[in-house]
Amino acid sequence: MFGSIDPQLLLASLMVAATPIMLAAIGELVVERAGVLNLGVEGMMITGSVIGFIAAIKTGNPWVGFVAAAAGGAGLSLLFGILTQFLLSNQVATGLALTLFGLGLAALLGQDYLGVKAPVFPDWHIPLLGDIPILGPIVFQHDPMVYLGLAIVGGVWWFLKKSRAGLVLRAVGENHEAAHALGYNVIRVRMLAIMFGGACAGLGGAYLSIVRVPTYAAGLTAGMGWIALAIVVFAGWKPGRLLLGAYLFGGVTALQLNLQAASLSLLDVLTGIALVAAVVVIVVGLIQNRRFTAKMLWWAASLCIAAVFFSLYKWLGWVFNETLWLSSSPYIATIFVLVIMSSGGAPGSLGKIFHASR
Amino acid sequence: MIILEKRPQASQFWSYGAPIVAVFVTMIFGAVLFAALGKPPIEALSKIFWEPLFGEFNFFYLPQLLIKGAPLVAIALGLSLGFKAGIWNIGAEGQYIIGALCGAAVGLALYPMEARWLVLPAMLIAGAFGGFAWAMIPGILRVKFNTNEILVSLMLVYVAEQLLAAMALGAMKNPEGMGFPGSRNLSQYSSASSWIDQGHGMHWGVVIALIAVIFAYILFTRHILGFQIKLAGQAPRAAAFSGVSPARLVLFCLGTSGALAGIAGLTEVSGPAGVVSIDFNVGYGFTAIIVAFLGRLHPVGILMAGALMALTYIGGDVAQSSLGLPKAAIQVFQGTLLFSLLGIDVLTNYRVRMKRGAVA
Repeated sequence: MFGSIDPQLLLASLMVAATPIMLAAIGELVVERAGVLNLGVEGMMITGSVIGFIAAIKTGNPWVGFVAAAAGGAGLSLLFGILTQFLLSNQVATGLALTLFGLGLAALLGQDYLGVKAPVFPDWHIPLLGDIPILGPIVFQHDPMVYLGLAIVGGVWWFLKKSRAGLVLRAVGENHEAAHALGYNVIRVRMLAIMFGGACAGLGGAYLSIVRVPTYAAGLTAGMGWIALAIVVFAGWKPGRLLLGAYLFGGVTALQLNLQAASLSLLDVLTGIALVAAVVVIVVGLIQNRRFTAKMLWWAASLCIAAVFFSLYKWLGWVFNETLWLSSSPYIATIFVLVIMSSGGAPGSLGKIFHASR
Repeated sequence: MIILEKRPQASQFWSYGAPIVAVFVTMIFGAVLFAALGKPPIEALSKIFWEPLFGEFNFFYLPQLLIKGAPLVAIALGLSLGFKAGIWNIGAEGQYIIGALCGAAVGLALYPMEARWLVLPAMLIAGAFGGFAWAMIPGILRVKFNTNEILVSLMLVYVAEQLLAAMALGAMKNPEGMGFPGSRNLSQYSSASSWIDQGHGMHWGVVIALIAVIFAYILFTRHILGFQIKLAGQAPRAAAFSGVSPARLVLFCLGTSGALAGIAGLTEVSGPAGVVSIDFNVGYGFTAIIVAFLGRLHPVGILMAGALMALTYIGGDVAQSSLGLPKAAIQVFQGTLLFSLLGIDVLTNYRVRMKRGAVA
């Protein structure tokens, strides 16, 4: 059924593909929980990818690259922070400016490095765990950044849920007037959150240029920063669901690359995915509600109709540009996810300008 | 201590002054940037801002001003409608591509019919419709599912770029092109060419952009819809009470900006660009965001901002060929312009006051 795709390899590459998105998204999650909408993720990510790459080349040490990328991302986000927090500019416009500026800056810095190869960043073979059959190669034989990404997500979860500082940050995000009245320094909290977000986006970008690709190419983030923003919405601003979202997109990206290499029809895969999703909807719905609900049956039925449509389309042999659909799939999947999961739950003060008048 | 005090009303002086100051601040930043790149800063600035207008070869560069400015103005005008109402269409680049593809498809399908009165208008309608339809996707999703239009419109840019590549390499490839990617040259197909006077840089895109400026001006000063757009942006609750339908506003703003971007794309592909090729789009859709803000979301302002931004493109090319200034430096320069404008804009809405430190 899988054709020439090795499921074990696919799952292993899923973890790698998810890491840059996860890093950028977890940073933005913290920023948004503090009530700031930074649309500059793409710009910070690509700047991080260039700065990290250059630092790694110059020193021959990928770790220096990652540190430099985090510093670069944080530095760029500082610009956004000063404009939005001290000069009270519109966050949407300033975020867009940051992306445009970052794309230009990255192109400028990286022009002499096009096509250069990054120094090797070796995988860890974790003793014992890495030797577990099947699971070992999937989960425990990656480079350290994969685990650092997971650790950051775990750390953010703990910070937001369990720590006092996290509570303050959430308060600032939910209602900045009230947090200000309680004596918390709204602007300081937000500046720190913005810089954390910038550092994470920089790391994510550097992971792309140093590990994932690993050569420098122009425009190598290709919208990944924007997908990270979408994942934060998908996750409902919760770190746990963010992990799920990042792996989902890692899965789409990994599958897309594998399908381009393998000779497996995308329409067959879509038929399969729709049928599996229909079963999942029924099973999860039954577990949650203990009975069949109208909504559940409606979703399952539409998924089955979609499956029939895909297989009919293939059977009829109509025009179908496989490459086009495959390379668009991460973006189309993002739109789908946004449509299904725009459930709300955004922090109360998200994107609003805070000006302490008293 | 320096504190900011909210002005009861936005300052007239700074609302006109901020863009001008921002341009000067950016020039200073640019000079530093160019010096850091090892280029003579003053000479580079004069190559960018002086040479194309008053230099020896300005007869060549001035028409370029129209060619580069028209798509920027047309797209920025459309975007300004939405930006005023808090509806963020970030995907104009995608609508521009799809407009070009739809229009070019009609033109290529009718090739070699000789009826300019039919072919070009049909292409224009198709181009406008293409951009409109592409912008309706985020519009309808926002209205029906409350989906974030920023992210959806942006995702569609990447999809449009893939579609462009597929078309340039596949369905629209020139059958007489000896296997090279890219379509037939539409600007050489007399019934489809958008040129009016190539020597002076006049094409239908320029005409339509200017007409759009007039229409936008009337919309904002004379028409209830323009008032409703402004109201929805400044006081959403008041707008809701006075019966403004948010859904209608979203669809109108996105649809209009999509159609304008589509027309800009079509007139570009059948004129200055000529062919549907992989690298047909050069980022006008994104630069237009800067134009819209620099022009204060005002039609006349956008016209001037569009001209200035077109100048930086042309001047950038001049500086690139004569001084070897990297193309990306101009991109950084344009980004800085928006940054400094947004920063200086604080003076429009707030007053800066000095306060003695001891006051609690």
